[in-house]
Amino acid sequence: MGLTDLLFLALSAIAIVSGWRVFATDSMVRASFLLLLSFVAVGLIIVMLAAPYIGVATIFMMAVEMMVMALFMVMFMMNPAGLNPMMMVHQHRFSIAAGVLAFAGLTATILFTSFPEIPVDPAAPIVHDLGIELLGPSMLIFETAGVTLLATMIGSVILSSRSGRFGMADQGSRPPGLELDGEPAGRQPEAGGGHHHHHH
Amino acid sequence: MTLATVLIVAAALIGIGLYGALSQQSFVMLMMGLELMLNGGLLAVIGLWANTMGGAPEGQLLAIIIMAVMAVDMAIGFALVTAVYRKRQADVTESLTTMKH
Repeated sequence: MGLTDLLFLALSAIAIVSGWRVFATDSMVRASFLLLLSFVAVGLIIVMLAAPYIGVATIFMMAVEMMVMALFMVMFMMNPAGLNPMMMVHQHRFSIAAGVLAFAGLTATILFTSFPEIPVDPAAPIVHDLGIELLGPSMLIFETAGVTLLATMIGSVILSSRSGRFGMADQGSRPPGLELDGEPAGRQPEAGGGHHHHHH
Repeated sequence: MTLATVLIVAAALIGIGLYGALSQQSFVMLMMGLELMLNGGLLAVIGLWANTMGGAPEGQLLAIIIMAVMAVDMAIGFALVTAVYRKRQADVTESLTTMKH
């Protein structure tokens, strides 16, 4: 067992144990930092697997993402500072069974599948190849990911803003009449003309 | 560090993440379960890429797509949590019952 194997064992132990502690700790902020620890361990395993760009990018991205996560944890915290024991779970036995079953099923699949063995050439210019691929043959996929992120930004602003951009969707709207210049069809706008002094 | 051990570590992360996503009542903790599952998926993709694809760059591209999915998942997830909290003052899954039956 070489140094690489020892390092891999230690990192995977950190990844799995801190991943489990995420759901066992009392403080939700601590949970997000444990998840960050799990991500960093996985990022380092990815670096060991000859994908330095992806590994380092994972670590950087998750460091930022978990800081944002920690802020949200403070906003939605059930148990300030983790001072009291907290166990907020439902369907607990079913969830444990599902997790164990998923692990067992995936492990069985891994052990009974014969994967082809074509390892990465250690001398290959991995990051250079990835760059050429990203801005060459697969540029459309890469750009699609960019547009998806833009749509995500717009979507998250719309979802989290107080009531959409221009107030309620049907505010001040009058349904068209059934005949020309007739009474509005369907639900009538609120009587009293209250909205007259609300124009901005 | 063989392919099988890397994939088993990934399977363990996916199993823990599934447990968290199914068992947690708080929305934000539920999302941490989803992130943990994506973490395992990322590790599995890179493990397979490094051992069975001979370093074809498309495999790394798939990993970048997974990272984009992680970002989208978290941004839209938190926006939804904020929207639900604003409408219902709810931050646990039990308080959302309109979709039941």
